Amino acid sequence: MSDEFKIGGKVLQSRLFVGSGKYSNNRLIPEIIKSSKSEVITVALRRVDFMDEKENMLNFIPKECVLMPNTSGARNAEEAVRIARLARETGCGNWVKIEVISDNKYLMPDNMETIKATEILAKEGFFVFPYMNPDLMDAKRLRDAGACAVMPLGAPIGTNKGLKTKELVKILIDEISLPIIVDAGIGKPSEAAEAMELGAAAVLVNTAIASAENPILMAEAFGLAVKAGRKAFLAGTGAIKEFAEASSPLTGFLN
Amino acid sequence: MRFALNGKEAEANNGISVEEYLLQKGIELDKIVIEYNLEILKRIDWKSTVIKENDKLEVLRFVGGG
Amino acid sequence: MTFYDEYEKYIGLNLEEFFKEVRDEDVLRVLSKENLTRTDYLTLLSEKAEKYLEIMAQKSRDITTRHFGRVIFLYTPLYLSNYCENQCAYCSFSTINRMPRKKLALEEVEAEAEMISQTGLKHILILTGESRYHTSIEYIKKCVGVLKKYFTSISIEIYALDENEYLELINAGVDGLTIYQEVYNKQIYDEVHITGPKKDYKYRLEASERACRMGIRSLGIGSLLGLDDWRSEGFALGLHADYLQNTYPEVELSVSLPRIRPHVGSYSPKYDISDKNLVQMMLAIRLFLPRVGITISTRESSSFRDNLIGLGVTKMSGGSTTEVGGHSSSEHGEGQFDISDKRSVSEMAEMIYKKGYQPVFKDWWLD
Repeated sequence: MSDEFKIGGKVLQSRLFVGSGKYSNNRLIPEIIKSSKSEVITVALRRVDFMDEKENMLNFIPKECVLMPNTSGARNAEEAVRIARLARETGCGNWVKIEVISDNKYLMPDNMETIKATEILAKEGFFVFPYMNPDLMDAKRLRDAGACAVMPLGAPIGTNKGLKTKELVKILIDEISLPIIVDAGIGKPSEAAEAMELGAAAVLVNTAIASAENPILMAEAFGLAVKAGRKAFLAGTGAIKEFAEASSPLTGFLN
Repeated sequence: MRFALNGKEAEANNGISVEEYLLQKGIELDKIVIEYNLEILKRIDWKSTVIKENDKLEVLRFVGGG
Repeated sequence: MTFYDEYEKYIGLNLEEFFKEVRDEDVLRVLSKENLTRTDYLTLLSEKAEKYLEIMAQKSRDITTRHFGRVIFLYTPLYLSNYCENQCAYCSFSTINRMPRKKLALEEVEAEAEMISQTGLKHILILTGESRYHTSIEYIKKCVGVLKKYFTSISIEIYALDENEYLELINAGVDGLTIYQEVYNKQIYDEVHITGPKKDYKYRLEASERACRMGIRSLGIGSLLGLDDWRSEGFALGLHADYLQNTYPEVELSVSLPRIRPHVGSYSPKYDISDKNLVQMMLAIRLFLPRVGITISTRESSSFRDNLIGLGVTKMSGGSTTEVGGHSSSEHGEGQFDISDKRSVSEMAEMIYKKGYQPVFKDWWLD
């Protein structure tokens, strides 16, 4: 069955987004894209190092991939907006992942600044993907500010702890009409599948693939897990519990 | 002539354009973005913008990130 | 967009066809789920689901205890007036019923308030017939002014108002609104509301939303059971509650399931709803909307009401009278409908304690 993911003006077949950070070698990136079947990859914007000019990492990303620049390094809305505008100027599209982090201990996103940046950038025509702490009220504010998806964290960035925020993410899935994309914290393919079974629209994975012993094989595993989870969600879980016979029936008075 | 390049002090010949300077430094011009005195410098203006004393130039490109 | 537009989408739906298709596995699957969809809710209203009433009851008790605790919230109605401009087939306040009409003077309101406050109740629901002439907004505001001295929460169950009128009453101290659609089926609505301002279906349906927009704190909606088939009315009521909860999450919402009782006049319910049906509807609502309050009226018998405690009910009235001045006056006239459970507040409280629950007289107080 066809299950296209229409988002940000694109039609995607894969619901796995991958990050391009933390790889030992950029040459791995095309292999990761290939084995995971992912069509969206996040990138960050940094100063060119004039003393040590490295290879341009864009040369390693297949042309058909959608680039999702993030605003990493931004500590407030203003900086995030500045980075997003610069990123668009490269001519690589108008998707942006808003990431505002002012906490260097846990790397938790600042929802309030993220909402501010989302509002400004959505008005400028960006497809805004805000990374956030899964708070229902803030997710509504992001929706109202014009976000095209909401990206709650599963666990703090880089922890590989899994879907620790499951109950909160579930509420966002139930209550917010936008696609919910679980970003950060997913450590294993089974956890990505779990998020998809819940009804997440997609999952973004970076560290779990980049830090695997065999990243290419792990990328493939994530691709399959996301697919399996999605199919399970579409199929509707059919689990039927066993119901115990009550010793003192509550509805006895009706007979 | 001295100016600030990516937060560090740099030197260039008088009258050199932004684009010439970057080519001189061996930078691939594809998919980079330039901020000139805190404003985005459009690609079409790279040739005509001449670096002046005390200018602030930021040259950025994409790197790996999650 | 209001619930009126939302509900229109469902009007063509063939419920009978849907209910016929429901299998045992469908009901069990719904009962295994944590969050129910509207379709799941409809499944629980099917005839097939009646077989699983006990499982529904166990689940409902569990959910209710988790979200509300072992408490029953008590309140009492205070009728200010029975003047009415409507002719509604099911109500004894109807213009065609020759009954003595009365409206409380402010001193009488005070006397009622004193009597009621002696029971310990801190929440009051004031009611009127639908007469802007006899019971104007100005009059209601004055009554609220008197009642504020005795009660921490004042709810109104009066004719439907405009937004600015709701705002006026909220500013005067009203924090709750009860407004029943009576019957969601538009055709039946038109038939039973023979003449009078209440005949405007849409204006009434959207009244709750007008109050929500103006910042009402709590809201009660309901369907008068017996005017139409209970399954379709139950579905409509659930949709309405779901819509309100999603649109106005800040409002404390409750639903009421009143069954038509005998009254002066000649209306007898067109559709039967058995005790079992009523329980099924209540349980289905609880499973579908875990956090919504459920009220069971004094129209029901005391033994039936007692048995519902612990199944999902969260609110009950006590010391009820549907007569104007019925709390303080010894003369008895005609009420809006006959009360089956005539127990006083203290008798209700005692029964609730015996059931292992705590009666709550005052839920909040904001000054």
